[in-house]
Amino acid sequence: MTNLQQSIASITGLISLAGLLVALVLGGSVAYLAFFLFGTLSLLRFARPLSLWADGVLALAGTSILMQSLPGFDGTPPYVWLALAAAWFFAWMFIEQLSVALTAEKLPERPFGLVIPVVFGLMLLFFWEVVTRGARIPEVLLPPPSGIWIRIIDSVPMLYADFIQTFVKSVLSGYAIGCLSGFAVAILVDRSPFLKRGLLPIGNFVSALPIIGIAPIMVMWFGFDWPSKAAVVVAVTFFPMLVNTVAGLNEVGSMERDLMRTYASSYLQTLGALRLPAAAPFIFNALKINSTLALIAAIVAEFFGTPIVGMGFRISTEVGKLNIDLVWAEIAVAAVAGSVFYGLIALVERAVTFWHPSVRKKRA
Amino acid sequence: MSEAVHESLPASFGLWRVVKRLWHGSALPVLIVVMAILIFWYAMAIEMNTPWQVRLNERANAEVTWTEFVAQTWNQTKPLLPAPHQIVSEIWDATVGMDFNSRRSLAYHAWVTLSSTLLGFAFGTLLGVGLAIIIIHNDASNRSLMPWIIASQTVPILAIAPMIVVGLGAVGVTGLVPKALISMYLSFFPVVVGMVKGLRSPETIQLDLMRTYHASPGQVFTLLRWPASVPFLFASMRVGIAISLIGAVVGELSNAAGGGLGVRLLTGSYNGQTIQIWAALLLAAALAATLVFLVGAAERVVNAAMGVRT
Repeated sequence: MTNLQQSIASITGLISLAGLLVALVLGGSVAYLAFFLFGTLSLLRFARPLSLWADGVLALAGTSILMQSLPGFDGTPPYVWLALAAAWFFAWMFIEQLSVALTAEKLPERPFGLVIPVVFGLMLLFFWEVVTRGARIPEVLLPPPSGIWIRIIDSVPMLYADFIQTFVKSVLSGYAIGCLSGFAVAILVDRSPFLKRGLLPIGNFVSALPIIGIAPIMVMWFGFDWPSKAAVVVAVTFFPMLVNTVAGLNEVGSMERDLMRTYASSYLQTLGALRLPAAAPFIFNALKINSTLALIAAIVAEFFGTPIVGMGFRISTEVGKLNIDLVWAEIAVAAVAGSVFYGLIALVERAVTFWHPSVRKKRA
Repeated sequence: MSEAVHESLPASFGLWRVVKRLWHGSALPVLIVVMAILIFWYAMAIEMNTPWQVRLNERANAEVTWTEFVAQTWNQTKPLLPAPHQIVSEIWDATVGMDFNSRRSLAYHAWVTLSSTLLGFAFGTLLGVGLAIIIIHNDASNRSLMPWIIASQTVPILAIAPMIVVGLGAVGVTGLVPKALISMYLSFFPVVVGMVKGLRSPETIQLDLMRTYHASPGQVFTLLRWPASVPFLFASMRVGIAISLIGAVVGELSNAAGGGLGVRLLTGSYNGQTIQIWAALLLAAALAATLVFLVGAAERVVNAAMGVRT
């Protein structure tokens, strides 16, 4: 065991021991007593090695016991918090040992490499759930994940309408127009070195500006419905695309250009066969940056005036009504939509730029 | 070929040489593009403000010449698109021409935004560096944290900024801190990503050298990894400070009492005060540019002091 593992193991064992004593004194249920007992017994690993799966099973047992028992308590007894801490540390111990085993190539990377981030994410959700419900944090401040999930299930039609309004209408149309026009302008600018020197510093400058601030102006120009949001998305996505594409088109070295010239290839041939493929990593970088920017821009733009549908509208009005679980439901939808959008672009990127070192390394 | 011509010119063509250098540098092209944007802006201001001005003139039964009409479109009180000089004079009146403590002073609002930006940027940089240090030293945290740090940026935090401000306000955390937390959430990401790259940038041969010196992990960090990561830190900080300003502005949208440039945007949009919106927007832009410039200047000073060869 490494130093870190020894410390985690001793802390986990001691917490379990403390939990066992407290649960005995306060009369905890059999499940708790058993969990703490096995937790304390895990200290024996200092005498005889323990499989990492034992830690995984203990963490799982702790979480399920906690989840089962939570609703039944009037006032949370202190050993519940000890059980939470013990379960958390067991999960940590499990992850730590698993990653050591993966690095030593004792376990294959393919399924087990994914286990670590999944366990971490689930433990975060679990921690959130137990703390909000155990400490009786008011729903207005922070609802538990289960409450948010129930809210999502209950209000699917409304969430769907908001999603269509904000994501499909504003984000996708604005994203397409913004990225395509940024790309087109970059290709045009690329032909003139003078324009390139003039536009690039300005483009770089504008990409750092708080462009979202033009939302109120766009609402005045294009009205309350989705076109004004799409306009904000266009403005936000245009400059990153422009700057990245121009940088990418310059990525080709003089060697390759000269080669194309010896082939007597035309401007368009050089562009299509050499420079655009070379610019692809930059273009995809811009597409990925823009995917998150676009969603944020559309939602924020809705704060400045909107018809009575849309994710930004829902968030800003429900905050006022203190329906925080609905707001979180909306956020969950936005986060999932944003991640899927990003993931799709990343998948296309891997397929298109298969030759790039950063992609090749991962596959090997 | 132009080089050869250039060499053969007599010295009296000094002026030509200056023009040439300007043409091939970036100052003149940028200037020309800016001029083109300004001309386009004035033209658009005429175009967009015309319908309203025509109606105004009809109501007043005023016969105006063409030049007078153009001047009118550039000087409306609530234009659809204000002309640049209107925005500049609004910024001037609202900053220099007004008492700093006045609620209508743009300088006061800019100060509110600036302070929460800087606070959030400081939090975000510290959090980012801290996370990066943990991630490079422990493989389990690398595997468990990194995917979620990336996923965290697909959560539209700016969109829930109002809720965070309201929620934290309910527990008694008010003022700068909620806005700064939003800036922190946005600005820690580039710092983590850049610093993980930077702290891992020393090559195996250098790490091996440290091992032959019997350096402790702390010494490896302070003597090798940290100095190697400084260029990455500054590159990340340039990105981080720009997005922390955006976070601060959006965080202000939900708390009209707190002041800030975001509040000016929101009240301007409710009252149709387009000049006020544009003034706040341009001031935010100037603020962002200044902050990015300052980080860049600090970068040059530190790099020079550390002997980085460029």
